[in-house]
Amino acid sequence: MGEYFSATALIQASYLVTAFLFVMGLKRMSSPVTARSGILWAGAGMLVATLATFFYPGMSNYPLILIAVAIGAAIAWISGKRVAMTDIPQMIALYNGMGGGAAAATLAVLGGIIGAVSFSGSLIAFGKLQGLIRKSLRFRGQQFLNLLVLALALVLGALIATGSNASVGAVTGLFGFSLLLGVSMTLPIGGADMPVVISLYNALTGLAVAFEGFVLGNAAMIIAGTVVGSAGTLLTQLMARAMNRSLGNVLFSGFGDSGGAVVAGAAVSGSLKPIDAADAGVMMAFAQKVIVVPGYGMAVAQAQHKVWELCQLLIDRGVIVRFAIHPVAGRMPGHMNVLLAEAGVPYDLIADLEEINSEFETADVALIIGANDVVNPVARNDRSSPIYGMPILNADKAKNVIVIKRGQGAGFSGIENALFYLDNTRMLYGDGQAVAAQLIAAVKSV
Amino acid sequence: MTGIIALYIFMLAAFTGYEVIAKVPVILHTPLMSGSNFVHGIVLVGAMVALGSATSPLEKVIGFIGVLLAAGNAVGGYAVTERMLEMFKSSRSQGAGKRGGRH
Repeated sequence: MGEYFSATALIQASYLVTAFLFVMGLKRMSSPVTARSGILWAGAGMLVATLATFFYPGMSNYPLILIAVAIGAAIAWISGKRVAMTDIPQMIALYNGMGGGAAAATLAVLGGIIGAVSFSGSLIAFGKLQGLIRKSLRFRGQQFLNLLVLALALVLGALIATGSNASVGAVTGLFGFSLLLGVSMTLPIGGADMPVVISLYNALTGLAVAFEGFVLGNAAMIIAGTVVGSAGTLLTQLMARAMNRSLGNVLFSGFGDSGGAVVAGAAVSGSLKPIDAADAGVMMAFAQKVIVVPGYGMAVAQAQHKVWELCQLLIDRGVIVRFAIHPVAGRMPGHMNVLLAEAGVPYDLIADLEEINSEFETADVALIIGANDVVNPVARNDRSSPIYGMPILNADKAKNVIVIKRGQGAGFSGIENALFYLDNTRMLYGDGQAVAAQLIAAVKSV
Repeated sequence: MTGIIALYIFMLAAFTGYEVIAKVPVILHTPLMSGSNFVHGIVLVGAMVALGSATSPLEKVIGFIGVLLAAGNAVGGYAVTERMLEMFKSSRSQGAGKRGGRH
């Protein structure tokens, strides 16, 4: 009888509960209606597992454990609560790197290699998104060097795992090569592709945790790590597909660089036709349906609150307002939704590409703010363009298009936007937030 | 736990992860990535066991760093995910049908 009530059985039972709570939590996080409770479920699971682990047989060093948990938790809690919503991608990269580092520190060989790669790679990703690292390092034979480093790490790993050489030197070499691999894999990748890379490292950390779970015989770690590993891999593919790229293309081609060489493509004909805010405001106030297409430029200008205020005025006048979100609006898929949610936009006014694209034809006004490449019709019809084939929002099908833009110039990819030159397009120049305020005034005075 | 059982768990968990994410709308990609980032913070459990069984000073230092990083992963992932999901509201839940109710 006593065996059933042993500490080990209790711990195993707790881990089972944790695994259940994690899976349920993630499940709930995949629908906007239940998403909020999802993180609470998962959080409860983490709490249960952590508390149970204190009763693990043969544990010592409790003061050290408590101090380490307190320091790590305090730093992360404060930074997580303070970070601006626009900087979310790099914070995820940072926390992911911490997880990878922790997996590496637990000293199981395969998990260690993956964890170390994920650790250093995530830190580079963080540095790039935070603007600490601006250059993208590329040289000939880079892929070959990466393969060589990976091979060296694997050989050392095999030596250590089989017990033929478990010296401090071998272990140091293993982690040295793994860390180097993460750095050299990530450095050549441009800022625009970084979210895909972060998502990949997220999946890798999950796998590393699963491997640690194997070594420690810990089912909760195997389940949580594997679920994250497979879910993260799928999420990475979804993101890459949304950007019209294959994962291999993201990792090995180095296109997503904001350094932006001017890219060839058919020349665009026509002229840019400006409009002032008063006229644009009137146009929208008397429209039946307005579709707003926000891009990351809107978030940079901190214009989302003003834009929502404008939309509320329009809604009060009886105008139907929708927000059309391209999968890669913002800095990672879904980031724009977070930014709009922060401004108070209800999620049921927000539509994604497939939902909204047929609606542009019935819209009187498409208001483009801070978006560029994702509404560029050349992606549909110019085979020579580098963005040819990328799914775009069909804003050009709207009866009128108003483009809010800081000034004349090409988009993130350096590609000229044919939309701006169409007969039904008017350019509204100025800072996003200031222009939105002018539009509000214009609509109010109607 | 025998190896083969562990492999069964691995396989089933892989399918579970795939199925759970398969139907997620794009609007939740970022919070979900953040949420799954939080979930692999379970590495904290492994790090605690490693530090708990550490004897030499080197093991203790590495274990300490591991626990600190893992706690950061778990707590930071939670804080950021919770903040993001906190903001997702439908127009119905904003009440009074005053905003965005007409479509």
